[in-house]
Amino acid sequence: MIKAILIFNNHGKPRMSKFYEHYTEDTEQQIIRETFHLVSKRDENVCNFLEGGLLIGGSENKLIYRHYATLYFVFCVDSSESELGILDLIQVFVETLDKCFENVCELDLIFHLDKVHNILAEMVMGGMVLETNMSEIITQVEAQGKMEKSEAGIAGAPARAVSAVKNMNLPEMPKNINIGDISIKVPNLPSFK
Amino acid sequence: MSDVVEKTLTALPGLFDSQTGAAKITNRLRQLVKSITELTSKHEEENLIKQELCAMKEQVSSPNTSMKQMREIMVRAMYCEMLGYDASFTYIHAIKLAQQGGVLEKRVGYLAVSLFLNEGHELLLLLVNTVLKDLQSTNLIEACMALTVVAQVFPKDMIPAVLPLVEDKLSHPKEIIRRKAVLALYKFYLIAPNQVQHIHGKFRKALSDRDPGVMASSLHIYLQLIRESPDSYKDLTGSFVTILKQVLGGKLPVDFNYHSVPAPWLQIQLLRILSLLGKEDQSTSELMYEVLDESLRRAEMNHNITYAILYECVKAVYTIHPKVELLEKAARCIGNFVLSPKINLKYLGLKALTYVVQHDAKLALQHQMTIIECLDHSDFTIKRETLELLFRITNAQNVTVIVEKMLDFLRGCNDEHTIIHLVGKVSELAEKFAPDNSWFIQTMNCVFSIGGDLLQQDVPNNFLRLLAEGSESKEEDDQLRLYAVESYLTVLKGHTSHLPQCFLQVMSWVLGEYAHLQGSVDRREVIRLLTQLLDQRSVSSETRVWILSALTKIPEGQTDLILDLAERLASSQDTVLRQQAQELQHLSQDSQLHEWVLPRGAPWDAIEVDSSLSFLDGFVSEALAAGAAPYKPPHQRQEELCEDRALNLEPYSFSLPVSLSSCSITDRQSPTLLSVSSGLSGNSTELSQKAGSSTLILEGVKRVWGKDGYLPQKEATAPLVDEPSAAVQPPVQQEAAERTEPRPELSTRNQDKQQLASSLFVGLGVGSSVSLLGKSEAPPPRFRKKPRPHESSSSSGTSEKSSDSSCRSSHNTTDSFLYGSFLEEEPATSKSAFDHTPKSTTANGLSQNKDTKEDKHTNTSQIFGGDMVIVRPSTIQDKHPPSESSDLTALLPADLKDLPHSDVISLTSDPSLSLSSCRLFRDEALLLLIFISNCTETVIKDIAVQLTCEELKTASLRGNIVDCLEARSTSVCHYALLMDDPHTNVSFTGTVSYQTQPGHTNTLPFSGTLSTADFIRPLVLTTEEYGKLWLSLSHDVKQNLKLLTDAGDPLRTTLNALKDALQLHVVDIIGSEGIVACRLLSSAPCLLHCRVSGAALVMWLRSPHPALPDCILYHCQRALAHR
Repeated sequence: MIKAILIFNNHGKPRMSKFYEHYTEDTEQQIIRETFHLVSKRDENVCNFLEGGLLIGGSENKLIYRHYATLYFVFCVDSSESELGILDLIQVFVETLDKCFENVCELDLIFHLDKVHNILAEMVMGGMVLETNMSEIITQVEAQGKMEKSEAGIAGAPARAVSAVKNMNLPEMPKNINIGDISIKVPNLPSFK
Repeated sequence: MSDVVEKTLTALPGLFDSQTGAAKITNRLRQLVKSITELTSKHEEENLIKQELCAMKEQVSSPNTSMKQMREIMVRAMYCEMLGYDASFTYIHAIKLAQQGGVLEKRVGYLAVSLFLNEGHELLLLLVNTVLKDLQSTNLIEACMALTVVAQVFPKDMIPAVLPLVEDKLSHPKEIIRRKAVLALYKFYLIAPNQVQHIHGKFRKALSDRDPGVMASSLHIYLQLIRESPDSYKDLTGSFVTILKQVLGGKLPVDFNYHSVPAPWLQIQLLRILSLLGKEDQSTSELMYEVLDESLRRAEMNHNITYAILYECVKAVYTIHPKVELLEKAARCIGNFVLSPKINLKYLGLKALTYVVQHDAKLALQHQMTIIECLDHSDFTIKRETLELLFRITNAQNVTVIVEKMLDFLRGCNDEHTIIHLVGKVSELAEKFAPDNSWFIQTMNCVFSIGGDLLQQDVPNNFLRLLAEGSESKEEDDQLRLYAVESYLTVLKGHTSHLPQCFLQVMSWVLGEYAHLQGSVDRREVIRLLTQLLDQRSVSSETRVWILSALTKIPEGQTDLILDLAERLASSQDTVLRQQAQELQHLSQDSQLHEWVLPRGAPWDAIEVDSSLSFLDGFVSEALAAGAAPYKPPHQRQEELCEDRALNLEPYSFSLPVSLSSCSITDRQSPTLLSVSSGLSGNSTELSQKAGSSTLILEGVKRVWGKDGYLPQKEATAPLVDEPSAAVQPPVQQEAAERTEPRPELSTRNQDKQQLASSLFVGLGVGSSVSLLGKSEAPPPRFRKKPRPHESSSSSGTSEKSSDSSCRSSHNTTDSFLYGSFLEEEPATSKSAFDHTPKSTTANGLSQNKDTKEDKHTNTSQIFGGDMVIVRPSTIQDKHPPSESSDLTALLPADLKDLPHSDVISLTSDPSLSLSSCRLFRDEALLLLIFISNCTETVIKDIAVQLTCEELKTASLRGNIVDCLEARSTSVCHYALLMDDPHTNVSFTGTVSYQTQPGHTNTLPFSGTLSTADFIRPLVLTTEEYGKLWLSLSHDVKQNLKLLTDAGDPLRTTLNALKDALQLHVVDIIGSEGIVACRLLSSAPCLLHCRVSGAALVMWLRSPHPALPDCILYHCQRALAHR
């Protein structure tokens, strides 16, 4: 079972967090902080798995993460999940985001937190993997998106703003690592200490 | 880089401003995000968010806020909550949004609810109606959202409300709804298994759903179910194999491919299920060899996900009944993993090796050089996994090297969890394989100083117990103790301020107990070292107590020194310390008393602990007589508190007859009644069984005094205080570190590695066949603990809790039954079916099953365009026709003939013997009769029946050994069985061995299942007794059941049906409520309260045993469903 899914940027700013087990508000924040602490100090050439340890209760849990440009995608799972399977699930998730947002970037996640959650809900339900088939996920998300379009203007504005930002001819990011076949080109938002 | 950022940010506001006309609503979120990014400190962020939250609060409470604005506020609230700020005032509005809005609002509302609220949140109650409405909605999206929220946040007690609707969704025309419903039911199963017991058949339907997606999600459920009880699902093996074959054969739509691998996640799930099914079961394993082989072959492509499949495949091959060819292939795969340059694969390879070395230690030998390299890998995770692997291959020959490696790793590690985990392993290895005393003590010194106060409490406890209890040879024990004393004296002479408290405590205990063994050291020196510790600031007061009690134990010491010290501490603020100082003072002055209280060298086992504290009974009854309040256990106190004030959140009102509750309360609070029972407590075990509510609960009470006075050994189990402190490095370890220091020259380094390899893997290979033999027989642990008879007897006295008179009586009858006196009893009828499947038939049934499925393949495939074939798992519930029952029942012994009994069922047979069984329901036990029939024309000799079942207790047996069985005759073997812990079904296995010719022994295995229903007996009570008992029970479960409405009085009909099926006792029926009681052989009672509510029967069960209500409920459901 998946216990939590976290997305944060290179500075540890949470961009999305979803917990499938109940923790108190403070614990959740602590989990995010510690996970960031653990994951961020790992080199690029080490493996993508970490024993969760004391974090989310018990040594049975592990962290499986991927680093895309400015974002870390971390799945906290128990021993019943396959490590490589989850690793590719992250890939599916990111590819789906990429399709839904047309070239996804960090700003998309910030301004469309609800949409990201909705996409995730089509993949993982209550901690169980519901769907791994990208086209199916996109079909479901689009079915919901149709309603939105009938009510124009709500999603339009920020999407346009973001795509404008994206289209500004940015030089190549130094941390633009190509894992698999997609890369997130993300303008880096500064964060505070 | 920073230029880019700046450019982007300066561009942002402009971009947003240019869009103003389009959407004012999202303005706020945009502004919020923008201003947050402009901030420089955490403090500023806090202020900003606080302002934002205030503004939002105002907005949500204003009546002018539109739905659209509300939606936007919710998204902002989610953002704030994600950053860790409390936006709880929006929760109620999230629910409102889900209730009132259109689809778009609902979506945001539900999303916010699932993010904000957890399972225990009280606001969830407000959501039930909305969810019910949406589950019935014809709008797909609404129904989907409702299912998602149900799976995410619904708690146990709300499940009954939505269960029927979710169940209906299993036959919904849209597959996405079916899929979500299956997962929601799986979630229900995880949190409340008993509530979905009745729909297991529907899970089978989901498995054979025509949509592969629905089938895939049902695998989640089956993985869980099979993990819990693999035996019940063996019949599905064929189906899973067929599904996997079809997936491999590309029968799924192309949509399911991921990097041109067909449905990889589905394959992973299936492989896991197969490995669980095939574990320790040859016939089932044989069914899957072919498909596993194919999986190994197909997964060749060089992509991540194929490795994921390969890894599962390898694990499966090593889990199921072994087949040589497959094992060879799997071993090659592991090799590829381990040698892979990709770090993730290397990690999995190590994991696979760790798993595999248990079966085949030689495999580690092949990869020894890789393992050595991994030990020095820069990746922490890899290193850890390598040590895990080394732990598995440790034996007496390589223990020193491996432990040294582990300690090296520990010294450079600062992750708390890893330290705790690994230190435990080191101490386990040290205890098991230590080559000599000095090594053992030194290693444990390292463990204590590195692990420090992070250590699990059982590590020091085990160590001290080992020292104290010793092994068989007194001489060896003393040597070990002596060495420990010497080494601790050396440690204490050095710097002590950085030593962990835990280590200090261990040292002071050992010195106190065994310093006298060391003749050459002056007592004065020991005392000086210990008192020195007391002066240190860093020493916690807990440790001080340990040190003081150590000083107390050192006899004829320097009285002046000690008296001085005792006086100083006698005025301490800490009461425990003060008490200890007083004891020290008195004992050191009176050497005779000292000798009597702390006898030197008294054997460990000789100390008797009166765990019932019966010597306090006089005091207690006096206090009670003087008007003190009787002791109540915590759960009872809690319950009373709840009764007194808490809001009744139960969805259904419930009331006991008034007279019951009132009479019980007066009874319970009457001090006279309690003092009477307490006065009876001369025999302590009897008391604790008699009345749980009046026994003293001893948890957390430090026991200092026993029957014989002060108990000096209690420190060994006393809780310690955790306090982090730096580690110490004893001299031996430094030497060790020098030895493994890396050399500059490459060639010597390689040589080093070779050397290390040979020392690490010694005793594993074929080269050292002698040690290999030794390994396979598992060398006896060096330090063997003595059995501790006292522990068990004393703990059982306190832990057993039963709470009524009937229970006592059942105990008595059980006792008498144990001596074989068969009492006469009132027969009660029972007709629960005996679900039994002999092993040989299972195999046949499965293969047939497979054949029929293959036939179906051709029939049904055209329906789905040859994509996916329906797999219809057929239910194998073969109830054998009781062919010989008539003549076998005649064989029942005369004294048992009148008892209610089940049909006689054939268990198994071979050419010479045939076995059948019959269950007889005695009042005090279940009698399992096994009929052994000789089918041959010759005499069979030396028949011995052996029956094993972990969950059951055999109270007595008769006739399990038959010297000689005549031709064509039958012998009967009795087993009287009791069930202490309820299980819905228990399976038993057994063997019959016999000789047809002298010297030639045959064995015939058999197996079968028994249900809890066999162990349930009526509990005869009056209504008043029932009321009293009801209030004293703590574990309850509530559920709606089907009401049988075919006859006049539905309640009476239903209860009678239950009574017939389960041997319950109907205590009373008052109007629309009925109370029923039963008990489980041989312990716990269970009370059932039933009330008719509309077309359902609301059943409320209570029992002292946590699992019993669930179990009985399950059988009630089945009994009603089968009518």
